[in-house]
Amino acid sequence: MTTTYEPVIGLEIHVQLLTRTKMFCGCELSFGEPPNTRTCPVCLGLPGALPVANAQAIHFGLMIGLALDSELAPRSIFHRKNYFYPDLPKGYQISQYDEPLCRGGRLADVRIHRVHLEEDAAKLVHVGASGRIHASDASIVDFNRGGTPLAEIVTEPDLHSPEQAGQWLRLLRATLRHLGVSDVNMDEGSLRCDANVSVRPEGSRELGTKTELKNMNSFRFLERGIRAEIARQEGILNEGGRVVQETLHFDPGSGEITSLRSKEQAHDYRYFPEPDLAPVAVSETMLAAARQAMPELPSARAVRLQDSLGLSAESAHLLAFRPELGDYFEQALQSSPDSTPSAGAQAQALANWVTGELAKRLAPEESPADSKVSPEAITVLSQMAAEKQISVGAARQVLDRLVAEGGDPRTLVEQEGLAALDGGDELRQIVRAAIAANADAAQRVRAGNPKATGPIVGYVMRETKGRADGAEVTRLIAELLG
Amino acid sequence: MIDREEVLHIARLARLRLGEEEIEPMARELSAVIEHVAKIGELDLRDTAPTSHVVEVAGRLRADEPHQCLPREVVLAQAPAVSGEGFLVPSPQA
Amino acid sequence: MSAEELVSLGAQAAAQALASGQIAAHELYEIYRSRAAADDLNCFTWVAEQTPAPPAASPLGGVPLAVKDLFCTEGVPSQSGSRILEGYLPPYTATAVERLLGAGACLLAKTNQDEFAMGSSNENSAFGPVLNPWDRSRVPGGSSGGSAAAVAAGLTPWALGTDTGGSIRQPAALCGIVGFKPTYGAVSRYGMIAFASSLDQAGPLTRDVTDAALMLRHLIGYDECDATSLDFPGEIALPTAERLDGVRLGVPEELTGEGIEAGVLAAFHATLALAEQLGATVEPISLPHAAHALSAYYVIAPAECSSNLARFDGVRYGMRTEAAGDLTEMYTRTRHDGFGAEVKRRIMLGTYALSSGYYDAYYGRAQCVRTKIVEDFRNVFADVDFVVTPTAPSVAFPLGSKTADPLAMYLNDFCTVPMSLAGIPAISIPCGLALPPEDRNVTEAASGGGLPVGFQIAGPAFSENRILETAFALEQAIGFDGGTVRA
Ligand SMILES: [Mg+2]
Ligand SMILES: [Zn+2]
Repeated sequence: MTTTYEPVIGLEIHVQLLTRTKMFCGCELSFGEPPNTRTCPVCLGLPGALPVANAQAIHFGLMIGLALDSELAPRSIFHRKNYFYPDLPKGYQISQYDEPLCRGGRLADVRIHRVHLEEDAAKLVHVGASGRIHASDASIVDFNRGGTPLAEIVTEPDLHSPEQAGQWLRLLRATLRHLGVSDVNMDEGSLRCDANVSVRPEGSRELGTKTELKNMNSFRFLERGIRAEIARQEGILNEGGRVVQETLHFDPGSGEITSLRSKEQAHDYRYFPEPDLAPVAVSETMLAAARQAMPELPSARAVRLQDSLGLSAESAHLLAFRPELGDYFEQALQSSPDSTPSAGAQAQALANWVTGELAKRLAPEESPADSKVSPEAITVLSQMAAEKQISVGAARQVLDRLVAEGGDPRTLVEQEGLAALDGGDELRQIVRAAIAANADAAQRVRAGNPKATGPIVGYVMRETKGRADGAEVTRLIAELLG
Repeated sequence: MIDREEVLHIARLARLRLGEEEIEPMARELSAVIEHVAKIGELDLRDTAPTSHVVEVAGRLRADEPHQCLPREVVLAQAPAVSGEGFLVPSPQA
Repeated sequence: MSAEELVSLGAQAAAQALASGQIAAHELYEIYRSRAAADDLNCFTWVAEQTPAPPAASPLGGVPLAVKDLFCTEGVPSQSGSRILEGYLPPYTATAVERLLGAGACLLAKTNQDEFAMGSSNENSAFGPVLNPWDRSRVPGGSSGGSAAAVAAGLTPWALGTDTGGSIRQPAALCGIVGFKPTYGAVSRYGMIAFASSLDQAGPLTRDVTDAALMLRHLIGYDECDATSLDFPGEIALPTAERLDGVRLGVPEELTGEGIEAGVLAAFHATLALAEQLGATVEPISLPHAAHALSAYYVIAPAECSSNLARFDGVRYGMRTEAAGDLTEMYTRTRHDGFGAEVKRRIMLGTYALSSGYYDAYYGRAQCVRTKIVEDFRNVFADVDFVVTPTAPSVAFPLGSKTADPLAMYLNDFCTVPMSLAGIPAISIPCGLALPPEDRNVTEAASGGGLPVGFQIAGPAFSENRILETAFALEQAIGFDGGTVRA
């Protein structure tokens, strides 16, 4: 019989901060500029150059700390982490060690261990026969990225499945994006995640030996990588082996996990306090500025949307944790011409349109604010549907056109003749014609089978191009066959 | 005190190649200095905080304002090896 | 003015003569340029080939300046005495140099030094040792040995140096000139090729105290490129004091006893007597942890240097030894070939002191000793105005006499290192001559009267002006004559 194992996962997330300039010099951050055009003596590690910390990076660090409910250190210090690598111009990375900017904290059900600031490494482009890392014999260094400010967020090992890790990282990303401190784009590397993975027999409280899975650059790879690593560790243990603590690389192509250990892996970073930088003293003014800059956080927003607007828990959560939807929704709500909307129902209907039909029509991750559908337009559309001025089907057609070319839903409804048919003579006549054309179905309805109305309703909808209100049609059928 | 193995380990950390004939003298000289400086071990420093910045200036931060970067040709001019737009190095994984 | 008369002018006198139009900047510069070019003491690693355009009216309007090799000077070789930086042309200029040039000084030459400022004899330069102009068989001290020898020999009116554990004061003492290490942070370190970041400090090497004050005036001040630099309270004034009434000098027993040559001690005590004649009081004091300063220093400085010198990896600048496509081989061979023996020794020592398992015993403890030394000084400055000691335990020693024994060499910094650890300002002024121990039975006449001895005056942080006043009054009373070696 094989043992059942419980995975224990902690994440280390590096987030590039959206400052204008680098962590320790005034070079502007690079967004795809030609190689080695965003450098200076400091970020090239030229002899004699000295770092000076970027105030805005510390401000963003404090905001992250506040968002994660961390304890903000009144005094923190930078350390040097010494190791040789061509992407590290000084032979050390300026990072934080035993006195980080933020300690502890929590986001949802995961505890935060610490948040610290550091500088990013430069970019190595491997050149060689195949262009693949292991087969190349030379590399080219581009220092544009070197020195970009990073916040490193380290969680406690509170996650227990790959899916949970992915979910939580999404939540963290939403939070950081909402703070406006980072692009948090995994494809472009502004959000990077390493995972510490171990497994232990179900019920055991002792932690197993962990491995570190490096740089999984999408949510999918993160989950697949962790899953593969859990399987690998379980396999080892089931065969009576022992997991070795090491750094691993997950190849999403082959699904293989390989050791990153190089022949020179004598890791001894020789941390010591960076003598070129004075300690960071967080003043009351800096704290106040960070607090002032804090937007409403997703968890608080979800509660507010639920409590004050009466949205369903599901809608509130969706809008809160996808702030681009939430912001758009709240803007739409404000644009409502009716200053006293029949509150709950109306807001819920609008939320449904935004998170459902509209979101479905956008590219993944696309913000509705960047679409052609103005917040006013979606509000008007939602209201016309709610007031049955148009049928739901017609409203969907209008939304298609809004997404494609924008405009005012009222004009579109008029142009297309999509206004709902009221229960008057016109609709009654069409229903009559539908009954005549579907005598069989009518017969079955009369015989006591209400589900048989399908073909009759379908006929009406075709004839009216979807303008008819479904409930009204059902009522008329019942009346005429009654 | 510091033996050959230790010298080689430190040299590896420091990315210093030592010739065979340099190892033994290095071990001897390092041992002599270490033996001398180890006298600070005799002091009672239990209640003493370390000093890493002799003049405590806190809050020397830089405003997040861009400065002029160096032109690439200037940046690459001093490099021992260049390829196209960057610094050429032997691959770390070769 | 004749060439001899021009060269006899100190920096301050030259600045005045230039300002009043008595002498022409290009004339002065050309005389020094030809003297520097003909230097046979090996003081320089680079000498200007052309006379620069005359500067606009400015405080130092046209006074030539020699600068220690480790200051980055745009487009001018800046090699820190190391093979690994041979021919390196930085794309920017150090703030300290920029300030002096901005005040009208003209860059004349870069001066030889111990490699990366590691050394007390200038024998650790990749560009060969510097000779002491008082006796060419002897060292000029280090690491700013080229700067000190050049000033003493009249090859430049003055020079900029750096001091980490005594590297301005000790060569100034051995060459019979004035050297001033300011309060840590008073002068920007931006553009100074680092040795030990928490200790390095730039300062003047000059013929007299007035020139030191003048250079300091233009060096100090907060620099936004150096996060450890400070706003200096007030300005540096040119000193005028004639008396020392009420000035309390503290003589630490720990730094004025054993290990100091008899001739040096004699000159030191004669100077104390002179100070008392000028109205000062002399009191014995104790710096209980001073005896451990050297140990702490030889942990902290190598530890910082092991990290500071990691950037010399053959990737972005300097030399590289190619090694068949293997990165680690490229690194280790480049650093093997590029660094000299002393630099390697200190990198090894510092790497060891920081490495896992040893940090607490060495680096951590050394930082605590540093705290003790800071406290020692704080305590004595409650009772005395200044701490005075001989600058170096010996006069200039023969070339090669200590190169085989690193520890013996380190002992040269015995009297200067405590002030460096405490970050406080200290000056060395020449206070007389003394015979070296091996010459004791030689008559004074035979050895030319002896070799210079330095008198060190250290004060609390930011006491620069008071130190300069005290040094000036003593200097006038001592009447040391350095003119003979300038001729
Ligand atoms: Mg990190
Ligand atoms: Zn830069």
